[in-house]
Amino acid sequence: MLKNLCQKMFGRSLWVYHANSGGCNGCDIEVLNVLTPYYDVERFGIKLVGSPRHADVMLCQGPAMRATARALRAAYDAMPAPKLVFAIGGCACGGGIWHDSYPVLGPVEKVIPVNFYIPGCPPRPEAIIYGVAVAVGLVDKKVAPVEFKQLDLPIPRYHPADLRGRGEMVVYEKAEKI
Amino acid sequence: MSIASKLKEAMVGLKAGRVTLDYPAQPRPAPANFRGRPIFDAQKCIGCAGCANNCPAREILVFDVCQEIRILKYLGRRCTYCGRCADVCPEKAITMSHDFETATNKIGDIQQRLDLFMSTCQRCGRCFKETSPLEQLKLKGYRFDDLANERWIFRSRAYLETEPVVDDIKIELD
Repeated sequence: MLKNLCQKMFGRSLWVYHANSGGCNGCDIEVLNVLTPYYDVERFGIKLVGSPRHADVMLCQGPAMRATARALRAAYDAMPAPKLVFAIGGCACGGGIWHDSYPVLGPVEKVIPVNFYIPGCPPRPEAIIYGVAVAVGLVDKKVAPVEFKQLDLPIPRYHPADLRGRGEMVVYEKAEKI
Repeated sequence: MSIASKLKEAMVGLKAGRVTLDYPAQPRPAPANFRGRPIFDAQKCIGCAGCANNCPAREILVFDVCQEIRILKYLGRRCTYCGRCADVCPEKAITMSHDFETATNKIGDIQQRLDLFMSTCQRCGRCFKETSPLEQLKLKGYRFDDLANERWIFRSRAYLETEPVVDDIKIELD
């Protein structure tokens, strides 16, 4: 439903606003790399604008910090109504590896609602393009939650019944992991 | 700028041809030594929780339901793909894949959860050898990470039911 809504609302061009709320600049460099002619994200109609008032999409890098949370919220409120937020990088998605330190409040979604997540530290430029393509509806997302359940013990228990005589030797048959 | 220099620039542009990648239409594989999302192999995992103890981002949670079953949960939100979990794994159950197309609209999509059988040590119940005596004191026995709130809980503090160990920081907005 969100995909249809996005395609209807945003049409062909997304204007992005690039907000860094305390990241290390790695994701910024990857985002700027995406805008260069080699990756050329302008073929999807994506254009970088300087003001959140002109933007459809906010690209968030860096965690929500104690000092910048309010400014980030103000920038989000300044964007006109159909708006998307991308959290780019591990800091924006989950708070970064300094998630438990004093100035870090946590992921960006604690302050503003986030629509799309692009994890990675930093994500590759291809990963960012893939996230944009997922949002626009060009490709489907690949990841899904995985749940494994062990049905038997990984280390086989020793049973004397599995001892087999083979010539002069006695071999334990289920000895894959012992 | 003269017209000649403009023409020269145009010639350079024509000579180079098209350099833009056709990325989402054409696949572009990562280089051979690229580290992507870690993949956990439930068949090889013995549940030693070495990956959880070594993760710098504390993204691997361990929860012991009972003596026999241990839940290992990889969240992957702030994972930096550093590969320390794969390094430390004694059974090589974790492989760093080349998977980087992990963009999603739900953050729970990247998590992996393993339900593991644990054998019982006949002498002490459950013990794993750590390097230093301090580490042994800290990490021996059961682990109670908060799976519902997806938080890592340090073992040396007592886990009290009445008051939460880690509280949400209150955000002051305007």
